[in-house]
Amino acid sequence: MQKIDLILLKYGEIALKGLNKPLFEGKLLNNIKSRLEKIGKFSVRKAQSTVYVEPLEDGLDMEEAVESLTQVFGIVNICPVRKCEKDMDSIAKTAIECIGDMRTTEKTFKVEAKREDKKFPLNSPQICMELGGMILDGIEDISVDVHKPDITVNVEIRQEAFVYTRKIRGAGGMPVGTNGKSTILLSGGIDSPVAGFMIAKRGVELEAVHFHSHPYTSDRAKEKVIDLAKQMSKYCGKIRLHVVPFTKIQLDIIEKCPENYLTVIMRRLMMRIAEKISYREGSAALITGESIGQVASQTMESLVCTDNAVSVPVFRPCIGMDKEEIVAISKKIGTYETSILPYEDCCTIFVPKHPKTKPQLNEIIEAEKALGDIEAALDEAIADEEILVIK
Amino acid sequence: MNVYLDNSSTTRAYKECAELVADVMYNSFGNPSSLHRKGIEAEKLIKTAKEQFAETIKASANEIYFTSGGTESDNLAIIGACRASRGKHIISTSIEHPAVLNTLQHLEKRGYIVDLLPVSKSGIIDVSKVEKLLRKDTALISCMYVNNEIGSIQPVEKIAKIIKSENPSTVFHIDAVQAYGKIPFSVSSTGADMISFSGHKIHGPKGVGALYVKNKTKLSPIIFGGGQQNNVRPGTENVPGIAAFGLAAKLCNTDFMEKTAKMEMLRNRLRDGIMGQLDDVVVNTPGQNSAPHILNMSFGFVKSEVLLHSLENDGIYVSSGSACSSHKKGPSYVLTAIGSDKKMIDGSIRFSLSEFNTVEEIDYTIDKVTEHVKKIRKLLKR
Repeated sequence: MQKIDLILLKYGEIALKGLNKPLFEGKLLNNIKSRLEKIGKFSVRKAQSTVYVEPLEDGLDMEEAVESLTQVFGIVNICPVRKCEKDMDSIAKTAIECIGDMRTTEKTFKVEAKREDKKFPLNSPQICMELGGMILDGIEDISVDVHKPDITVNVEIRQEAFVYTRKIRGAGGMPVGTNGKSTILLSGGIDSPVAGFMIAKRGVELEAVHFHSHPYTSDRAKEKVIDLAKQMSKYCGKIRLHVVPFTKIQLDIIEKCPENYLTVIMRRLMMRIAEKISYREGSAALITGESIGQVASQTMESLVCTDNAVSVPVFRPCIGMDKEEIVAISKKIGTYETSILPYEDCCTIFVPKHPKTKPQLNEIIEAEKALGDIEAALDEAIADEEILVIK
Repeated sequence: MNVYLDNSSTTRAYKECAELVADVMYNSFGNPSSLHRKGIEAEKLIKTAKEQFAETIKASANEIYFTSGGTESDNLAIIGACRASRGKHIISTSIEHPAVLNTLQHLEKRGYIVDLLPVSKSGIIDVSKVEKLLRKDTALISCMYVNNEIGSIQPVEKIAKIIKSENPSTVFHIDAVQAYGKIPFSVSSTGADMISFSGHKIHGPKGVGALYVKNKTKLSPIIFGGGQQNNVRPGTENVPGIAAFGLAAKLCNTDFMEKTAKMEMLRNRLRDGIMGQLDDVVVNTPGQNSAPHILNMSFGFVKSEVLLHSLENDGIYVSSGSACSSHKKGPSYVLTAIGSDKKMIDGSIRFSLSEFNTVEEIDYTIDKVTEHVKKIRKLLKR
């Protein structure tokens, strides 16, 4: 296990922002701080497009800090760093320790140096050569390979000297909160958490809506969605989850509308409720996990019908993805295991035997008329919603 | 009104048992193996519990081993007996609890040959088949006393007789988790060599059970440790759990005949009440040879989980005899084994009673079941 004195975070895209850059950086720092709160006290500051994360208490789990920083959008690289005196002997000693701590079968290395402090007597190429020589002297059976090294020893000469051998890929994207807010419709399946993740990655804060049909779905299904939101919040930050009772509306549809249109009409009404909540919460768009042709309600024709129900933009980041691609992301973000718990599918009693795969919008709108003034029912469902803050 | 009708899953503990657990945990906290006073105090509690429990099944106290529950008792009995025997053949039934079936599967992968007896439409095994399957190298026959899903009672004493006359070296194990406290028996009436019990099915605590092992039965331990319980089941004893289990055993056997007669009367009232109100209902629990507390019914054109959650909203707690419990998916293998129609299995519900249920609760349940089944059918029978 390598010793870690502090963590340097590099961000890519944000650095290119013009006058808005401080805004993005400010959000990023805030998001980092609130993420690290659970682990302990850290100082988080930025200088020269780098964020410095330094522990303010002894004995903090720095590996855990690194791990949780891989889940913060806006960070491109995470470097767990050792710091030392600004002289070549200290730098070499630290570098040799770093290599020793991480080395298993690695046989080659190279040095990369960056000199921010121009008063340091050696320039970057000189540091590389000098330090390379000292490492070769200090460690047996290791050689230099500047093209494909097993280990890259990075040295940065700033106010202090920083040495690191690991550069971990961050989550990328933009800091959550820099690109407004959207509302994700969370079903409990595999796709919707992935869709939410992908939009949040672009800096969008999430509001979530789940439709609950007790007694036709179990309370476990609701618990499952809460668990999913919890896992998503590791990346997406705080999520407000709206659990909307949907049983009454569902029964109304079943009673009054033709069976093969049930699913599409149900989805249209879900979208309308989500839109209403969205307006109220200051969220600008809806997000769904739909993917073209995955099921009857996601054919091109069905999507047209669902889309028509609302006027806000609907983002469908999974739209062109295959199931395996969606599954791969859900495994990566840790929602897969929860998504595949069986509760959701237990009570598929509302799925029509022969759903219409090519519904026509005008037919649907006509069929929906049987529901009469549905507006009041939608508002009533929203009035009975349960709001959970997940973080 | 709150009506708990899921007593085959677990029961509410007797208040006396819950209080005893807290008292023992806090006051008689010694390790029964310790030599000092505190240890002896704890040891005495175990001895008392053992005697209390042994008396209810007419066993001697030294034939009782405490375990972590029914599952461990089954594992210890089956794996332990097979390890202690040279035989490689096991006979059991197709409707055993997963604690038995999965243990047998484990042994099957390790070279044992397992024969599972089929059951009749009423969920009872055909004893004559035992005779045909019994071999010279049959190490073990394991059979449940009362089936947990439908409540059928197996003719265990007949199996015991066959073993005695055909191959006395075969060990006979009974899983009596659902039978104990519900049907009267003693170890000698069953003729078994080993019997599994569970604490939380008889208003005792979870995490404690027992295995009766008849003297001279060959049994190898399956866990290893500091020699407690004659090394058959080592590990520091769960003293609070064991003490409360002993007490629960005593309490549930007090006024046994009255309590079980009442359960049966209520069970039949529930069955007849529902049958009188609804069509397309099949009773999966056999009319004869069934435990007094279990009633399994299939409701046509109903998804059992929907009915379960609808009843839950009215304070009635039952089990869906099929589909997905939180761990498994797919239709009930027990109902499949008794030849139930797949569609009917989808709509099966298990009501399981305890000594605490009342006539009012049962009548309320009949009303609510009728109401919800009619409502759900209106939606599904389109």
